[in-house]
Formats: sequence, C-alpha cells, structure tokens
Amino acid sequence: MTDTETVLRVQGITKNFGDLVANDAISFSLKKGKVLSLLGENGAGKTTLMNIIFGHYTADGGHIEVFGKKLNASNPAEAIALGVGMVHQHFTLADNLTVLENVILGTEPLWKWVQDKAAGRARLKELSGEFGLHVDPDADIKSLTVGEKQRVEILKALYRGAKILILDEPTAVLTPQETDQLFGTLRDMLARGLSVIFISHKLGEVMAIADDIAVLRHGKLVANFPVAEASREIIAEKMVGEAVPQPRRQIMEAGEELLSVEDVSVKDENGQQILKNVSLHLHRHQIIGIAGVSGNGQKPLSDLVSGMCRPGSGQLNLSGEAITVFDPKEMVAKGIGRVPEDRHVQGVVGDFSVEENMILETYASARFSKFGWLRKKEITDYAYSLIKAFDIRGAGPETIVRGLSGGNMQKVILSRVLENSPQIILANQPTRGLDVGAATFVHEQLFKARKEGAGIILISEDLEELLAVADSVAVMYHGQISPQMPVESVTLQQLGLLMSGEGFSVHSKGQDHAA
Amino acid sequence: MLLEPRTHTPLWMTIIAPIAAVFVVMVLCSGLIMWAGAPVLQSYIALAKGAFGSKFAISETLVRATPLMLTGLAAAVAFRAKLWNIGGEGQLYMGALAATYFGTGMVNLPAPLMIPFLFVVGAIAGGLLLLVPALLKTKLKVDEVVTTLLLNFVILLMANYLLFGPWKDPMAMGWPQGAPIVDAGILPKLIEKTRLHGGLIFALLASVSVWLVMSKTKWGLEIRAVGLNQDAASFAGIPINKTIIRTALISGGLAACAGVTEVAGTKEYLTLDISPGFGYTGIAVAMLAGLNPLGVIIAAIFFAGIYNGADSMSRAMDVSNYIADVITAASLLMVMLAVMLTRMRIRFS
Repeated sequence: MTDTETVLRVQGITKNFGDLVANDAISFSLKKGKVLSLLGENGAGKTTLMNIIFGHYTADGGHIEVFGKKLNASNPAEAIALGVGMVHQHFTLADNLTVLENVILGTEPLWKWVQDKAAGRARLKELSGEFGLHVDPDADIKSLTVGEKQRVEILKALYRGAKILILDEPTAVLTPQETDQLFGTLRDMLARGLSVIFISHKLGEVMAIADDIAVLRHGKLVANFPVAEASREIIAEKMVGEAVPQPRRQIMEAGEELLSVEDVSVKDENGQQILKNVSLHLHRHQIIGIAGVSGNGQKPLSDLVSGMCRPGSGQLNLSGEAITVFDPKEMVAKGIGRVPEDRHVQGVVGDFSVEENMILETYASARFSKFGWLRKKEITDYAYSLIKAFDIRGAGPETIVRGLSGGNMQKVILSRVLENSPQIILANQPTRGLDVGAATFVHEQLFKARKEGAGIILISEDLEELLAVADSVAVMYHGQISPQMPVESVTLQQLGLLMSGEGFSVHSKGQDHAA
Repeated sequence: MLLEPRTHTPLWMTIIAPIAAVFVVMVLCSGLIMWAGAPVLQSYIALAKGAFGSKFAISETLVRATPLMLTGLAAAVAFRAKLWNIGGEGQLYMGALAATYFGTGMVNLPAPLMIPFLFVVGAIAGGLLLLVPALLKTKLKVDEVVTTLLLNFVILLMANYLLFGPWKDPMAMGWPQGAPIVDAGILPKLIEKTRLHGGLIFALLASVSVWLVMSKTKWGLEIRAVGLNQDAASFAGIPINKTIIRTALISGGLAACAGVTEVAGTKEYLTLDISPGFGYTGIAVAMLAGLNPLGVIIAAIFFAGIYNGADSMSRAMDVSNYIADVITAASLLMVMLAVMLTRMRIRFS
C-alpha cells in the first residue's frame, strides 16, 4: 500500500453550530485512484463535512491536506485551485445557457471583452472524449435530461482541473441504467488517476463502486474500513447504530374501489400535454406504487388527486361518484389525505409553529375556531397529542417548524394528514431525504392506514422502496402510465427499463386492477 | 468574512440592538450637524426637547404619530401577506376625500354616530381603492407595486382638481381647501389648548385590534400563511385570492382612516398638504416595527418625535429640518442591520 499516494487527508475536523456538534474530530484519508464512500443518515454530518472540504464552511478545529498542501478553509476558489471538484445533489447549472457556456462560466476573468469560446470548446471536447461523457456543447441546459445535466456538472469539475471529485448523492435522480453508465464513467476516471468521494444512502451502489467506506453517525466517524471487509448488514448497523427491523408488508385482500382515474389528460399552461389518457384504480387496503424518473407526469397526477389542478378531459370518481370540484379544501373534505412532494415548498409553512402547521388544513373547523377566533387551547392540546402519537422529537407546539429535521418535519405533515383518517392517501416521495429510521416510521404509518381500510397511492423514485411497500406498481413515462403490475411479478431491472421507455405500453382501457 | 445564523439570541441583545442602532445614527448624523456649523450636543438637546420636552411638544408628537400609526398598520398588514401596498398615500387622500364628501353637510348625524360614520365611509373608500390593484394582481398577475404607487398620483391630482374646482370652499378667501367638516364630525380634543384629538385613541385601538386579528383569528392565520409560504397555504386549501383581497380591503381601509383623522381631527377641513408623505413614511414605520402591529405604535411615535424635534432644532440651531429625513432613514437602515445582527453572527476568517 506504500505505493499509493494519499491525495486528501482530513485530520480531526470539528464543526459546531451552537450546541450542535455537526462534525466531531473526523479523520480519514483518500488515496489516488480510489473511491471513498461516505455513508450516514440524514443529519449525520456528511454535507457539513463536504462543505468544509470544499471551503463553504470554516472548521472550528482540525485541518485538511490536499496533495500534501494545507487547505486554508473558507474559500471554494482555493479548494478548486488545489484540484477539488464537487457535484452537488441539486445541480448548479444556468438553465438558459448552453452546455459550453455553463462549463466555462466563472473560469474566465470577469473583466474581459470577448469570451474565448474556441479554446473552451476544444478542451471540453477533449475531456468528454477522454472520459466518455458525451453531451452536445451547444445544447441548452434546459433541454437536457437529468443524466445529461449530471454529466455537465462532472465536466464542469474536470474542466476546472479537479483531481478529487466529490459526488453528493449522484444517483438519487438516475434510473438504474443511467446509474450503471455513471459508474462506467467513474471507473474510467479512476483508471486515469482521479479519486472520488461518493456520498450515498443506497448500500447496493456503495458496495458496487466504493473501495473504502467511512460511516458517520451523529457527527462522529464510527467506522472506516475497506469495502471488502463489509457486508450490507454491518454497514446498515453502523449507520443507524442498531439493527432496524423493517416493517413487512402483509398480504391483504383489496376491498371495494375507492378512487378511479378514468382516461384523464392534462395540459400545462403552455399547452404541453403533461398527462396523456391516464387511468388508475385504487381499492381499499391497497398500496399502488407509481415509479418513474422525475418529471414524467408524477407531479400532474399528484396535483390532480390533491385538487391542485383539474383534468382537461376524462374524470375522477370517488367511490363511483364523479368529482366535479377540484380544490384542495374539497379534496380534504372528501377524505383524501395528501403528503406533498416537497416538504419545504408545499408541505409546511416553515416559519409557522408546529401547531399552526398541524391545523393548516382544519383551522376553519368548529373544533379549532369559533366565530373566526382560533381556539388556542384546543389547538395546543391537539398539537401535544399529535407530537406524542407521532413521536415528534425535540419539538413543542410552539416550536418553529423550519428548525426541525427532515424526519420530524415529515412527521408533522403525516400527523396533519393521517389524524383525519383519510380513506385515500396520496403520498408523493414521502421518504425522500429521510434516514432509515424516519423512512421506516413513514412506512409503518402507511401500513397502519392501509390496514384500517385506506387505499394509498405512493409515488416514489426509489424502486427498492416501491418493491418493498407497494402491492402493485405502475410506471409513468412521458405523461403516460403503464398497467398496474402486481409487485411479485416485476423485478427492479424490468421497472428500470420501463422507466427509460423501453417496452413501455400504455394502460389499456378496462383492464382490471391487480388484486 | 462570513455570516452564520445564531442558534439563539440572548434577550439583552434583542433589547440593546435598537437602542445601539439609534445611538450609532446620532453619531453618524453629528457630522452633518457640525457641517451645518451648529454645536452637536446642543442640537440634539434641542431635538429631544422639541420632540418630548414639554406637554405641548409631546402632544404635537402624538398628533403627528396618529396618522403614522394608521398608515404603518396598513403597510404592516399588507406586507404580512406579501401584498406590496405602496399606495398608502393615495388611500389616505381617498379617506380624506370621502370624509369631506360626506362630512361637510351632506350627512348630518349626532356626534356619536357621525364620527364612526366618517371612519366607515373613509375606510370603505380606501379599501375600494386598493381593491383595484388587488384584483389586477389576483386575476391578471399585474405587479401591485406599480399600480399602487401610480394610483397615489392619480388620487392626489384628483384632490387637486376638486380643491381648485368644484369643492373649493368659497369662504376660504381663495385658498384651495375644502369646506369645514360639520361640528358633529370633528374628533374631540383630548387635552385643552393642544391639537391632540381623538384620532390617537382610534389609532391605538386600531393597533390593538389589528394585533388581535393577526395573531388570534382565522383571518390572521390565513394572511400570515399566504405571506410566508403561498404554495403550502394553497396546498392546504387556504383560499389565496380571497385572502389577498381581504387583506387589501383591511390595509386600504386603515390607510384611509389616517386621512379621516387628519381631515376631521388635525385640520378640520381638507387641504392638499394634510399629509407630508404619511403614506410613504408608514412603510418605514411598519418596517421599523418588524411588521408587528403593537411595534407600529412605538415606531410611529419615534418617527413623529424625530420630525417634530428636527423642526424645533432647525428653528433653534439653524440646521435644516431635512436632517429629520436623514435621521429617520438612517435609523431604519441601522435598526434593520441591528436586527439582522441579533439573528446572525459575523465571523472573520
């Protein structure tokens, strides 16, 4: 091992936010041509650590060496100059510029009359050839697929001379096939002497690509070992601290039909068809999983059932009765519980307290208001009972929601939705960004509601989640939906192919639900 | 240099911050006073005396604070819903016009009914004026900053037209002013031999009422939810457009009441200078108060004190009273900076 050069050494990095110790004396090193996978639950301190390495934050203690040189923190430009490149989970690309413009953006001096695009183009061509990262330099970013955008992000880092690449949850937005492609690219880069820090939740991928694993928990480095010495179980246990019992899906007989979506089409503001002849049948005691790469019609489908948009053609029936009023309030009144896709945007009012968020759908009911006045005591008591029932930790009724962790925030939303005993639950990405413990809690709550007779539509990009939780799965592609398939009859690979449009066929009319 | 959020703010800091900010402003403005050739300390003493130094000074400050409280409340309510009502000045004049129209002989009621009547018609007129931009915003997505701002000039010019033309009081020796408000409509004086009138009581009651509505009622919850996160409010089923329109009616009505207090209280007839920009200063009052309706009371008195104090300072020390605008503007900036520093800490690397 003496011949492998250490490219990055993290020594005793400590970072406090007030009383919270986000990173506690973390040390590890990365060797040339290797992949170090950084694992940990949400809030374990991964992002903080990466932000320190990349110079967004200043560490309170410890130091970092890149290629033997000490990194004077708090300046991304210096990290870049030393050869550190970062691909953020949420892309940082300018949508209205071309690929080439995005790549050279910021690399040229500010006060220069003409951009030297020819040189940039030549170098971009060279890099994309070398690493097999093919994108059209003149394409507008907004016309690219998610996978292509990620390639641009990687090219951006390489263009700036990155020799160490930090990838923050790079596979979260990719299909299994795109993930394989990404891994191919990464292996090429490793062979050429680059090194990678790979941040992920997904154990399967980590086992496939990483050489070494570093596990963070509550800001501490709890394990650091070669992947060859690890098993899934050991890693999971290190991440969570104890073995987490996964709730098992019980087989249940589906009951009567609760909701049917009949041949619905929706156009967006620009006249673009975003849902095409979609049909779906949801029954009591049934969980339907909706798979698909983000942006293939999941949002309009969820908006439709949430009452946020109305069908252009076709109709929705609730227990056989057509819905005529499409309005969120109306949907709540009809017993549809809605867990929105983006907690921060649609789920909660971040600057409201826990109790205000808990009554956001029901504040006008006689229980919580009288003659227009809010019944404060009633509301606070209600909040206390929900905080207890849903085990929302570290929060009282008056706590501002913005400060809660993702898991606790999601529990606030779940409590608001489930406390009204909805017959139909629409859960759009309910476990996105949650750690194993919080995700398990969400699944348990969904199973409980299903047992009590609810029908659930679960939209998720996490195929493993769908296969573990749903009774039947349908795939969305380009605004269309596939037939519902019993979960026992499909594999991950089949779903992945359908998601990329291969062998995709549209739900035929009159086809019955999967029992 | 980096800014990082504080996890908690100690109480002493919250109290000291605005006081320190005002102190910094005084230090900064002393340069201007020196430039004007006046002794700094005596000038500030003259300012303080002019603002709060005597029973008369206090009463004058409160007279000036009254319309500022109402326009401040108007801005605070609207801004809570992210309805950017810059039209307080126009709504103020609309209220004054309505009070003049109904209060100069057209309607005659006994005082206990006449005074509330004038506030009601004024508020309705102001509310309706802001309803136009609110409808344009909700139906056609027209930016309300532009429409409310421009309506100010429309209303002010309309008042000009009326006072130079059809509404000109023939008894006013050619001055462009309206007929006097009928006796039953005049707000009673609170203290003998001062100009302090019942409008102050109305403004204080309005502040408390607005605070109650914003923090304790369904409407308040809706307004705050729409302002803080329209997407989440809409998803939860809160009627967005209805809330914005309701907010507009309340906000426009409050600003218009400032016009009523000036016409029926301070002046007792309509002139074109009833407001030296109370509608615009109300925005600064609301910002200084952090959009808190009770804070508006203090912020309005502070601003009124600075303006009145600067007037007497200019008389005593020969420093231009425009210093008042510098002090209030600098105070607003400094207080906002101070408030930010109570929430963030600066780190030097």
